[in-house]
Amino acid sequence: MIYKVISKPEFISFIDAIVKANNAYGPRQVDTGRRGEPIYQFMPVTSAGEIAFDYTATHSSAKHLFLPFRDELSKFSFTDGNWEQEVRYDAPPIVLIGLRPCDINAVNILDDVMLRGPYPSPYYLARRRNTFIIGMDHLPLADCFCKSMNRHTVNHGFNLFCSDIGDRYYLSINSANAFGFLKEFRLEEPSYEDNCNLIERRKMIKHSFTTNIEVTGLPVFLDIEFDSPIWQKWGDKCLSCGSCAMVCPTCYCYSVEERFDIDLKGSTRQNHLYSCNLVDFAQVAGGHNFRPKNGDRLKYRYYHHYRGFAANDNQQICVGCNRCGRACLAGINPKDVINDLRLERESCMTCVSTSPDRT
Amino acid sequence: MNHLGFELQPLKIASFDFTCCEGCQLQLANRESTLPEFLALVDIRNFREISSERHDDYDIALVEGSITRSDEIERLKTIRARAKMLVAFGTCACFGGVNSLKNRMPQEAVIREVYDGKAIETMPSMRIGDIVEVDYGIPGCPVSKEEVERIVVSLVSRSPVTLPTYPVCVECKQRLNTCLFDLGEICLGPVTRAGCDAVCPTGNTACLGCRGPAEEINFPAFAQLVRDKELSMADMREKLAFYNGFGDYLEEET
Repeated sequence: MIYKVISKPEFISFIDAIVKANNAYGPRQVDTGRRGEPIYQFMPVTSAGEIAFDYTATHSSAKHLFLPFRDELSKFSFTDGNWEQEVRYDAPPIVLIGLRPCDINAVNILDDVMLRGPYPSPYYLARRRNTFIIGMDHLPLADCFCKSMNRHTVNHGFNLFCSDIGDRYYLSINSANAFGFLKEFRLEEPSYEDNCNLIERRKMIKHSFTTNIEVTGLPVFLDIEFDSPIWQKWGDKCLSCGSCAMVCPTCYCYSVEERFDIDLKGSTRQNHLYSCNLVDFAQVAGGHNFRPKNGDRLKYRYYHHYRGFAANDNQQICVGCNRCGRACLAGINPKDVINDLRLERESCMTCVSTSPDRT
Repeated sequence: MNHLGFELQPLKIASFDFTCCEGCQLQLANRESTLPEFLALVDIRNFREISSERHDDYDIALVEGSITRSDEIERLKTIRARAKMLVAFGTCACFGGVNSLKNRMPQEAVIREVYDGKAIETMPSMRIGDIVEVDYGIPGCPVSKEEVERIVVSLVSRSPVTLPTYPVCVECKQRLNTCLFDLGEICLGPVTRAGCDAVCPTGNTACLGCRGPAEEINFPAFAQLVRDKELSMADMREKLAFYNGFGDYLEEET
């Protein structure tokens, strides 16, 4: 890693140049909400002026730029009783600007799942390798809980990371490419004061979190609570609409579909991102549904996020961005569900008169 | 047509309209880019918007519209008797559609308003399934030609015919739309069957549920959502009643 500082006007020139020379995505205000609050999304940008550098959080994550909501896996063409398969890993290079540390951590988690498992995904790899990531730090929102998940800082997975230290950005340069681009711009070596400002900035971010979730020992806790009535209680609220999974930066579950072309001379195999909350997620051939109840489906989403599945080394895949909590129309959010679960067990503990090892 | 070693036959299709705007049938003649391939998959036996030929032997009957007159009932029964498969085609056929708005008023008042009191026979709007057995429903106001193409290909290739089971929210989120509830509107996306690619919310217009309920919707949670957002329950009921697809839930709610 190489550290430099850049003045804000010079940084804007750098971003403007890189955006104009590439297909770029960055946070843009797309709407104004009911209470006058700006609504942001990662959208295509063609100049630095279109980027909302002081954005709060995007409603949807940038996941779809690595895992498109619908993606063609292969094409088949039929000829005289035979068939041919064509697979392409097309991924034009893109620049992705403004990812938060939690978002970059999410991409790192997707790397683990998509590239380090038994079946690495060449589709994901092509996109991931061709994406230039510029991260930016921010002060947490009232409901951000990435610190609880230990995902509020990030030290890899980006090309360039920018910390806001007042009138300049403190740059962590993490790729030869990034260094090459930046050489054209006026950079300075960080001064003693810049270093102090960076430490101060980090401290301030760390101490600005107001939402904390106790996740210590949560995997074991979840195993114990498999049959808890809490799941149905929250499941009863769930609309099974899949919004949480769509906006989530790490929900990667998908469904595969094969479709004939209308001329019947070929077909395509597509995957599309699905959600474990959708009613037929666990439905199998013959029609049996392993998880017909909302509560069971909701539970498995929480298990995947906070307990981890064996397929990704039992890693918790939630990064604490709370996009699911904000998107959920039914008011279901990780903080309340996990606290509810813990509360239930704790109140149950108080009923136990003596613990066996005390007698 | 030989397809992967199977001999496939074009579907002998007939299309009929009842009380409706014929907009769904018109969709069949749309999407010109794939029209020749689409027409190669079907043998049109009776379809007044495409051909002047009339034949009474068909396997699949697409029925558009709701039923509002007694002669329509007889005609529908004849079609049912001739068809091996009857498809309720479009929202009016599946649920009664916009026509059902008149069911809320006395029929005399409706006749007076629309026909200036002429002697017109009309009954409350009924869905096709109220009269005859329906094998498949393809909802939508109008139907999506793309979905119809997919279903026709499935039928020709003898693959299972499916509709999305999940609500519109999935497709809406995939288009990165701002949730209309966040903009202070009631949208039926969370309870309506997807498959339209969230076309209305993408155009900043609330979903009115033309595709009917998604599978196993959580209606109490939806009503709770409207209450929690302090939006109007009357507005919610109005929207749910618009295409008549949510009648069962409305009764449950009141």
